Amino acid sequence: MIDKVEIQKPWREQSPKRVATAISPALIPILVASILVKTTGLDGKLGFVFSWVLASTVTIVIWPVVIKKRASRGDLFMQTSVVFAGGIFLGAVAWLFQSVLAPGLRAFRFSLLVKDAATVGVDTPLDQGGLLHAILGSLVIVGLATLISVPFGILAALYITEVRGRLVPFTRFFIQAMSGVPSIVAGLFIYAALIVSKVLPFTGLTGSLALAILMLPTVARTAEEVIRLVPDELRYAALALGGTQMRTVLQVVLPSARTGLITATILGIARVAGETAPLLLTAFGSNTTNLNPFSGTMATLPWYIFTQMTLGTENDVARAWVAALVLMVIVAMFFVLARTLGKSKMARR
Amino acid sequence: MNPRVLTQADQIAIVTRRRLSDKVFRAILIFGGTTSFFVLLAIFLYLVQRSAPVLREFGLGFATNSIWYSGDGFPASQGSSDPANFGLFPMAYGTLLVALIAMVIAVPISVMLALGISYYMPKRVSAAVTFIVDLAASIPSVVFGLWGLFILVPHARYWAQLLNRYLDWIPIFDVTFPSFDQSPFVAGLVLALMITPIVTSISREIFSQTPLELIQGAYALGATRAAMIRNIVLPFGRGGVVGGAMLGLGRAMGETVAVFFVLQLFYDQTNWFRILESQGGNVASLIVARYGEATEFELAGLFGAGLVLFILTLGANLVASSIISRTTKKKRVSKK
Repeated sequence: MIDKVEIQKPWREQSPKRVATAISPALIPILVASILVKTTGLDGKLGFVFSWVLASTVTIVIWPVVIKKRASRGDLFMQTSVVFAGGIFLGAVAWLFQSVLAPGLRAFRFSLLVKDAATVGVDTPLDQGGLLHAILGSLVIVGLATLISVPFGILAALYITEVRGRLVPFTRFFIQAMSGVPSIVAGLFIYAALIVSKVLPFTGLTGSLALAILMLPTVARTAEEVIRLVPDELRYAALALGGTQMRTVLQVVLPSARTGLITATILGIARVAGETAPLLLTAFGSNTTNLNPFSGTMATLPWYIFTQMTLGTENDVARAWVAALVLMVIVAMFFVLARTLGKSKMARR
Repeated sequence: MNPRVLTQADQIAIVTRRRLSDKVFRAILIFGGTTSFFVLLAIFLYLVQRSAPVLREFGLGFATNSIWYSGDGFPASQGSSDPANFGLFPMAYGTLLVALIAMVIAVPISVMLALGISYYMPKRVSAAVTFIVDLAASIPSVVFGLWGLFILVPHARYWAQLLNRYLDWIPIFDVTFPSFDQSPFVAGLVLALMITPIVTSISREIFSQTPLELIQGAYALGATRAAMIRNIVLPFGRGGVVGGAMLGLGRAMGETVAVFFVLQLFYDQTNWFRILESQGGNVASLIVARYGEATEFELAGLFGAGLVLFILTLGANLVASSIISRTTKKKRVSKK
């Protein structure tokens, strides 16, 4: 028997000194700039950015001179770039979250969650009506889209990984191409094929179909990747035990990829939950609660945000912020749920 | 009792006999595998069919002219006194310009961030950052539009004015009239923030698949972290990074509502490079802006616009997959 060897990952080890040398070239200019703005005549955003750019340039010129070895210079440059990139992205995301959540929370009233907008006109005060119709509509439409697209997505992934036939390169190519279909084009297609042709009127179902088109490639690609990670040994073992290909796939391959398949589904939901453009052309929107996706137009949260924004009055925009808050909370909840589900499944195995 | 000895023919029969269940199963999988092709074909055919009146009327001019005028709703060939005239060029070019700005901002940040997550951050920090990146990928596009219009635009106006005041000798920062609100620059910023999580998470996944032996080998040879990344991780992950970037590009070109709110559309004039000017074009936004009040003929024009957008994004994907397949092929050869 081979003793279990712990895998060495030396790059994961960070001494405090390394961390300090990595962060300081990014931090020092910010510090210098803030001190300059506070103490000297420079002021405001312009002064800060000006002195920051100056200080960064000086630091970037001087820092490598202090370090003697050429290799370390390259290493340090890379570290600094990584710190910069992380800082910019995290800063932007934090700003976005803060600026969406703050006005949303300010305008938030519990009554908004339990009433629909049947009695709401333009610029109605916030204590009347709400966005229940949009929340329920979103759940129904996205749920239906998930039911339509996930089976097809997993089938496509299984075709690529299990059948491995001659059409595999083409299938991958077309899934790749389909992932590039813009959301508005998916909406236009359903609009042209079903609504203009009078096959179906504006309903929740047409909205779900448009979203399913957008969801399918995301699900298929992610599912393909996770099914590919299932070791071939498992397949051989199942086949050697006399399993047919169907049993192998259904009882061995899919269960061992279960966590990944949940992730694939969630990624698909996250991809379409906020889609607005196709719903403008298909589910159309409504001011009353409609839970039946097969008849009548249906409101959705993204559509609600869109229309409230275009109305533009103070109370309507406040409603849009609340709806954005609710939409983001719902999406985040799904996301966290998927994460914890996946993790606990993995731990049990 | 003699145990029956298997002849070779029997063995072949055992190995190759396909059960009915397998045949049915395969048929179902093949059906699932070809869905995407039929959906794409249907999209193409329906858009062509619906936009046929406009394409027949203007021909190639639909893609190269710079005008969007619905007139009395009928084309000149039907004896209209106030003929409708549609040309998409400023919109199509604007779509590319905005997507390009987004890529220039987003791709370097994403690659660096992905490297940071995989090779620089301590385990807990990298898990937290990964979580934030994936969460950011799920922020709905309409929220980006809301944020862009009410929060980002006032800030962006300030910085755009600044760039314009001191750097207007660089052509791209020049403007012809002093309005900075809904420029390609702002739209590019919003899109950049939208596609960064996508490109990051794909790059990160590819980077994390780099063979451990190669990394350990590089360290054993005394490479610094930067040298290891440059010589092992980046060559290994190049195809994946390009693929992720192209996926981001496709998303950026097809993004509708986020751009709709932060970009001023000019139908009859192309904004070639003045990215700070409040003038741009976007095919998807055009469709949202016009479809509500469109006459039947203009609706055909909008279907045509959808067709052009479809072909543009399809082209980007085609280029992407050919690059990816070429780099992965090279990798396979060098591995031997």
